[in-house]
Amino acid sequence: MTKVSTVPRPNSLVSILAGAALLLAALAVGVITVSQVAQGPADSSLNVLRRWCPFILQGFMLNILMSVIAMILATISGVVLGFMQISHLAIVRQPARFVTHVFRNSPWLVILFAIMLMVPFEITLPYFGLVMIPGWVKATIGFTLPVMANIAEILRGAVASIPTGQWESAESLAFSRMQTMRHVILPQCVRRMLPSWMNWFALLTLMTPIAAILGVNEALGNTQAAMEAAGSSPDLLIPFYLFLMCIFFIFIYPVSVWTKRLERRFSTT
Amino acid sequence: MFEFIAPLFLALQKATGLNFSPFYNEYDFSRLMTGVQTSLLLIVCVLIVSLIVGLLGAAAQRSQFRVLRFLVAAYIAMFRNTPPVVQLLFFYFGLGALTPQVDMGGWYEPMISSFGWAVIALGIFGGSYNVEIFRAGIEAVPGTTLEASEALAFSPVQTFIHVTMPLALRFSLPALASNLISLAKTTSIAYVIAVPEMTYALSGVWNDSLNVGEMMMLLFIYYISVVAVIGAIMGRLEKRLAVPGLGK
Repeated sequence: MTKVSTVPRPNSLVSILAGAALLLAALAVGVITVSQVAQGPADSSLNVLRRWCPFILQGFMLNILMSVIAMILATISGVVLGFMQISHLAIVRQPARFVTHVFRNSPWLVILFAIMLMVPFEITLPYFGLVMIPGWVKATIGFTLPVMANIAEILRGAVASIPTGQWESAESLAFSRMQTMRHVILPQCVRRMLPSWMNWFALLTLMTPIAAILGVNEALGNTQAAMEAAGSSPDLLIPFYLFLMCIFFIFIYPVSVWTKRLERRFSTT
Repeated sequence: MFEFIAPLFLALQKATGLNFSPFYNEYDFSRLMTGVQTSLLLIVCVLIVSLIVGLLGAAAQRSQFRVLRFLVAAYIAMFRNTPPVVQLLFFYFGLGALTPQVDMGGWYEPMISSFGWAVIALGIFGGSYNVEIFRAGIEAVPGTTLEASEALAFSPVQTFIHVTMPLALRFSLPALASNLISLAKTTSIAYVIAVPEMTYALSGVWNDSLNVGEMMMLLFIYYISVVAVIGAIMGRLEKRLAVPGLGK
């Protein structure tokens, strides 16, 4: 098939450079204008940012930790939920469909509120006695649920996308339903699911800062605390928030470029 | 209507302890109504802004100017790879501090309200996804179709308006539907800049009445219905626009 359009599409390298350059340029311009405005007795905002940088990065580690743990939990529970959705037993299938529907169609913030406010902050375990549940653990659970539902849906979609001919030929080779699933269907699903799975990891990481609303000391919470500690001058707002966006960008951009590459490769073969 | 349902919900609270205060307390009822109105208005505005931004971006991506294509690529990369909450805070606090104040006759108010900033920030955020969706739709139009229209002596502009656009719209509808739905859900983060939408309004209610569970149930039902409505509209649109034999 020939392409009529002569406009070249922006390749990933161009957009890497574009994104990074523009973000850094914006940061530089913001910092310079702001520090020129604040040429007073006060410290320049760049110095303030440099001083608080380790504190914000320390908060960012918690963002990464929360997203990695939530992704692991979501993958395990999502795969189980996905299998329940394609079960032949209505009693297994219907509740799984309901759970998936609820968590796929509710906003992250609402699910997070529900977990943060309705799970007790301490529980009594049989051997450990009274155990405090830290806020970030509850937030991680809150982030797990929507991703879990979406992974379940991705698995269901991937299984449904395998041509029925494969089920039939496996059956003619005397494979049971379990065996067909294990040896024929799933190996093909993993390939199809990988790009969406990575996409959800990126989305999850980008949503972790909302935990700051509920008092978890991650990057956004620490940024706001740092700005307050530095005298909550309005000049700090732009450089601090831009810096925060830069950190997330540097972490997430490689993931999304890689995802796009995988998508392109899997779609052509 | 309020007079009619209030006794029902009071009785429900007496019988079961389920405290749906917005349905019998007049003040909470007004908060709920403000929340619903603001939230629906916010969703509609954000979706419209994101569609406009998406169309403009997709058009700019096809331009002959390298700089313009580069800027669109940078915009997409920036907004898709940074947290929407931080974008919202950046727009509201960072840029909001730079916008002029308007004299309201005695007091000063910022020119753009928190609602306005939420529409701008979330619209631009959602638009960055729409650009890619529209571009994919345009690219999905088969080259042979364009060659055929060229053979019929259509100019490039005529081809774009009468052939590419209508087909691209149909190709991009399914992805567009799922993006608009996720954008509608994302409007709940306008909570962080105190836009009195549904989540914010109900958090006020549960802070006063300590009925978190009931209000959560209300929130889940609200958002699931909103998603269902948007899904139904997009589904109907898809069916209405369906061209026999196109696609599968």
